[in-house]
Amino acid sequence: MVAVPLPRRRRMSPRARREAMEGYVFILPWLVGLLAFVAGPIIASLYLSFTDYQVVQPPTFIGVANYQQLFGDGLFWQSLKVTAIYTVVTTPLQLCLSFLVALLMNQKVRLLGMWRTIYYVPNLVPAIATAMLWLWVLNPEFGLVNTLLRYFGIQGPLWLSSTRWALFSLIMMSLWGGVGAPMLIYLAGLQGISTELYEAVECDGGGGWAKFRYITVPMMTPIIFFNLVMNMIGALQVFSGPYLLTGGGPANATLFYVLYIYENAFQFFKMGYASALAWVLFIIILGMTVLVFKWSSMWVYYEGELRR
Amino acid sequence: MRRTILSEAGEGRALEGAAAQKYARSTEWSARLRRSFWRAVQYLVLLAGAVVMLVPLVWLLSSSFKDQGHIFLFPPQWIPNPWRLDNYLKVFDQMPFLRYYWNTIVVTGAALLGQVASASVVAYGFARIRFPGRGALFMVLLATIMIPYPVTLIPTFILFRYLGWLDTFAPLIVPYWLGGGAFFIFLLRQFYLRLSPELEDAARIDGANTFTIFLRIALPQTKPALGVVAVFSFLGHWNDFLGPLIYLNTPDNYTLALGINLFRGFHTTQWNLLMAASVMATLPCILLFAVAQRYFIQGIVFTGVK
Repeated sequence: MVAVPLPRRRRMSPRARREAMEGYVFILPWLVGLLAFVAGPIIASLYLSFTDYQVVQPPTFIGVANYQQLFGDGLFWQSLKVTAIYTVVTTPLQLCLSFLVALLMNQKVRLLGMWRTIYYVPNLVPAIATAMLWLWVLNPEFGLVNTLLRYFGIQGPLWLSSTRWALFSLIMMSLWGGVGAPMLIYLAGLQGISTELYEAVECDGGGGWAKFRYITVPMMTPIIFFNLVMNMIGALQVFSGPYLLTGGGPANATLFYVLYIYENAFQFFKMGYASALAWVLFIIILGMTVLVFKWSSMWVYYEGELRR
Repeated sequence: MRRTILSEAGEGRALEGAAAQKYARSTEWSARLRRSFWRAVQYLVLLAGAVVMLVPLVWLLSSSFKDQGHIFLFPPQWIPNPWRLDNYLKVFDQMPFLRYYWNTIVVTGAALLGQVASASVVAYGFARIRFPGRGALFMVLLATIMIPYPVTLIPTFILFRYLGWLDTFAPLIVPYWLGGGAFFIFLLRQFYLRLSPELEDAARIDGANTFTIFLRIALPQTKPALGVVAVFSFLGHWNDFLGPLIYLNTPDNYTLALGINLFRGFHTTQWNLLMAASVMATLPCILLFAVAQRYFIQGIVFTGVK
């Protein structure tokens, strides 16, 4: 039998046409949602970013003025700086700590379920409760941290009210709440590595380090990469923590990027300017993601794919 | 005769073996010592991390039971004395906590239902029904996962304002009935693809229509996946802060997150009540995890490994 290439636009049989109609009906809710809440808003926000729009009056087109204003806006640069520092510090720390914990848990630990639960529990606490909890734990006078420091004769800093320590406090919090989920993903990946690979290293006389270096790490690179992308994107979009704990202060020391978007849009009602800010963030996230993907081809190993 | 020879030979071997065994035992001992040393280090590190994870939560719980005067003591009390169980009742007195709770339940419940229902319908469409453009549309769906929420936030707000839905629950519920989130659709589609289509084909031969097949045959087989979607949807909506913050204005409509934050603004020193309210806001999430841990683990593993 010779395979005859089908013409690309063949006429559909009535049955196939019926099936296609059913298919569109099934995905209809998503299509409507896509137009109303994703595609439509993206186009609208791109348009708004070129307008002056203060909600009360209809938007007026002002060209690239918003983007020009942005370059001279000290708060824009400040929010970019804060978000960059936060992302660059927390992402690697979260990744390393959660990997370490997952490695430890993968060594035939007793009561694995219990350990897993303990490390995951901070993820279950709602943002509002996390915020109240940390406001109290970091309270300069009566909080847990400074109380403990006092036992060692150290006068603790003002934490969230200190320009020097506020961002550090939020980074600390992100380690408390941000280790559990990547840890579980790592753990699942580690448990999926076939023991044959480790046995092969043993046959070659390799020890624990060799196993880690030549089996565990390469096999885990796709998962490390996944966690890297997710945590990085998450860090760039942090909002509720800083909003609840510091409100961006003191002296804009924790003015995160999305917080600045929120302030412009919903407190100053500068919707056009806020849209421009949002688009800059979109481009930054897109660019970073592309860069990380490019970079990943240098170190991520996918099974079943030969390395050149 | 034969036996003695054998036994002599055996003895000789045994003597030789004793030295070897002694040597082996000593290396085995050092190996075992080293192993148990590493075990100890391993557990110590795990324990240290666990303490860091748990201590703030224990502190939260302990503060929630303390007397107003006792939360400010130095050195701090870990075990409240006296126990003020009535802090939890006071929370209901001093703010419309029941109202907040109810609002949160309504929003979470309605959004969750919509998310589970619409994500499974759409996922089935993508997994099982052939239509032109399916592949391309699915790529679009995957691409939408990567879009950062601040980009769509402002026009969506303007849309809801135009519809007159501000200060109602609709903006927090309606979008989730329309597709229910790209990631959940993706997850459910993978589950449908894994099902064997034989049962569905049999039903079709018996004359069942596509929707019946979906509802009666495919859907019941994906219960575990629906569980995964349900628990993460629950957490997402219960813990949501930005959505209610933007869309709800009057305190009567507030969810727990907004309500507790409002209370903090008025009563800056009543940490014990704030902690009690926080404990009550957290409790449903912890209970859900305790009951449905399996689904959590499955879902998280799916995100990373598949």
